[in-house]
Amino acid sequence: MNRAAAEAVLIRAGALLASMALFGAFVALAGADPFDVFYQMYRGSFGTSFSVQNTLLRAAPLMLTALCTAIPARLGLMVIGGEGAMVIGGLASITCGLACGAMPPWFVTVAMAVAGIAAGGAWVGFSGALRAYRGVNETISTLLFNYIAIALLSYFVEGPMRDPTSLNKPSTRAIPAEDMLQSIPGLEVHWGLVFGLVACVIAHVLMMRSVFGFGAAIAGGNLRAGMLCGLPVRRMMIIAAVLGGGAAGLAGMAEVAAVHGRANASLVTGYGYTGILVSFMAQHEPLAIIPVALLFGGIGASNGLLQRVDHLPDATVAVLQGILFVVILASETLYGRFAIFRPREERVVRSAVRGPTPEAI
Amino acid sequence: MKSERRRHAVIMSKVVLGALALFMGLGCSKNQESAAPSAAGSASGSPAADDTLTVGFIYVGPKDDYGYNQAHHEGALVVSKLPGVKIREEENVPETDDAQKTMQSMVSLDGAKLLFPTSFGYFDPHILVEAKKFPDVTFLHCGGLYDATKHPVNAGSYFGYIDEAQYVSGIVAGMTTKTNKLGFIAAKPIPQVLRNINAFTLGARSVNPKVTTAVIFTGDWSEPKKEADATNSLADQGVDVVTMHVDSPKIIVEQAEKRGIFVTGYHASQAPLAPKGYLTGAEWNWGQVYTQYVAAMKTGHLFDHMPHLERGGFKEGFIKMSPYGVAVSGDAKKKADAAKAALTDGSLVIFKGPLSDNAGKQIIAPGAAMVQTDVNLEKMAYLVEGVKGSIP
Repeated sequence: MNRAAAEAVLIRAGALLASMALFGAFVALAGADPFDVFYQMYRGSFGTSFSVQNTLLRAAPLMLTALCTAIPARLGLMVIGGEGAMVIGGLASITCGLACGAMPPWFVTVAMAVAGIAAGGAWVGFSGALRAYRGVNETISTLLFNYIAIALLSYFVEGPMRDPTSLNKPSTRAIPAEDMLQSIPGLEVHWGLVFGLVACVIAHVLMMRSVFGFGAAIAGGNLRAGMLCGLPVRRMMIIAAVLGGGAAGLAGMAEVAAVHGRANASLVTGYGYTGILVSFMAQHEPLAIIPVALLFGGIGASNGLLQRVDHLPDATVAVLQGILFVVILASETLYGRFAIFRPREERVVRSAVRGPTPEAI
Repeated sequence: MKSERRRHAVIMSKVVLGALALFMGLGCSKNQESAAPSAAGSASGSPAADDTLTVGFIYVGPKDDYGYNQAHHEGALVVSKLPGVKIREEENVPETDDAQKTMQSMVSLDGAKLLFPTSFGYFDPHILVEAKKFPDVTFLHCGGLYDATKHPVNAGSYFGYIDEAQYVSGIVAGMTTKTNKLGFIAAKPIPQVLRNINAFTLGARSVNPKVTTAVIFTGDWSEPKKEADATNSLADQGVDVVTMHVDSPKIIVEQAEKRGIFVTGYHASQAPLAPKGYLTGAEWNWGQVYTQYVAAMKTGHLFDHMPHLERGGFKEGFIKMSPYGVAVSGDAKKKADAAKAALTDGSLVIFKGPLSDNAGKQIIAPGAAMVQTDVNLEKMAYLVEGVKGSIP
């Protein structure tokens, strides 16, 4: 166990260092001083209390949209519909928020959150049902549903729900300021961060510590085996898709209730797509999503200083994200390759038979 | 294998969390070391001298997009050459929390005192939130949304009557077309866009009454594929001059050149993309506007010298035309220059009666006119006679 832990730590650390080295070489080629770039990244992401809050704020929606990919992934479903679920969640929550105008603020917030979760859940859940009962590939259907979601948003925002005074930027009417989701006391970060953290913990307990999660892991490992065990695989697929979509829908609600106060085209943020990257880098493990989302939030927060101080193009951080993604996934293949991390008895056996390691099989 | 990987993931999360905690700890202690508010600005290594004004520019897209953002970036470059001014630019900032954080970052890390968040969608809520937070920083927004009754006093708004330039482009297009069919590729049917479509068509029909303008709405500000498809479709219908109102006209201009038809540009000059077919274009002239603002800012009381809501056309130097391309005839140049001069001295009004929409309904009675400051123009919701298409 200790050796395995050390192996994981060192391979991860090595992957991060290798990514930094590659990125340093890249920015040097682009004509910037790599050490200054790293200093600015540190300053922009964690260097001041403002930077830390900036990082946290950017990480919050990524935690929720990453869950949209991570939860169904335990069942072997590859859902990439976080963007659409977020948009639909935002649209549903503003509809609900406007409908319960005269209610107390806490009630409006709860109602908006429920509406966002329900709409996002139904949106991705429908793709899950198509997969379970009709064999429609969920990756394709969730991707295409993203475009439908954005088209629906445009339709409602520019048509039936349009605030007539929003002349050049079509928007819905706004919820009153007192109904907005507030900042966490003492921070300039809204409650969406807490939503994200709590959702990741709940997802962890559900997927790693519950009977449902155990069944999901079996079905995800081998669908037919799961069915032969008598697991209700179809129903589980739909539930996982609903839960994932609900998380992304909640991200949409936070965007509407904490940031904009209304729905408009600014709701199409790309968080849904970045969430896919976060989920993969966290290997679809809900708790690991938290640090990976913070890492991505930090990279995003430092983007501005790289542009403004080091005069690097905006795409620089996309390059860094790409390098991290490839290097970390590639580092997966290193497990079991270093003899030093192997349990002693196994090393003895292996040197005796000179066969391949169990991991390699 | 599966559980193994899961454990790795958990361990990794602990490693990264540990590293993050370490970083944050460092950050907080560093922050306490330099608790003075000005220290944040000087941490960049190049402390702003007392008389140096740091001006921040924020763009929603790439600053070399041959369009909306490039027009602002070109204005920023003019500002950067002014004495005692330092600029900071950030591109591709979406209209989310990111916009607020970028503004805060420019204020607290760069020491910026004047900000130009240029995208239309930055104003409400992002600029309004930040302007309340930083009362000693001035926020100037492109879009003309300022309302003195409810918006902070350290914010302002500016916009240009670029429909005047579209009118002149229309004249050049109307004089150049052989098929009498013009095309307009538009993003959304909002008043500003409709006003450009109508002005372009009115300009073309002022010199060539047989001209019609076919309109295609793509539905969003940046839809490169739909814009290319629309260009092809217009060319297939016999349209031989296209123009546009989208964020980046690059694709449309390139596609028009490929199809061998003419094009008039928008936002910035796209002439390098279509050396044969580029006729002229309606361009912003932000360099001059920003120079005025910075000069006013240097006096210490910007809004004593500039109104909170500033607008202008040719006369005020807010807009300009791209230099004429090789395909523009001498006659066309003469008529376009005359119209530009008349718009500058105010003797020509674009929206005047009798004017009907393309369904035959009278919009402006004979003898009446709507000058550029008329608020009814801000609510435009019709396409004038001669435009083929309807508002979706």
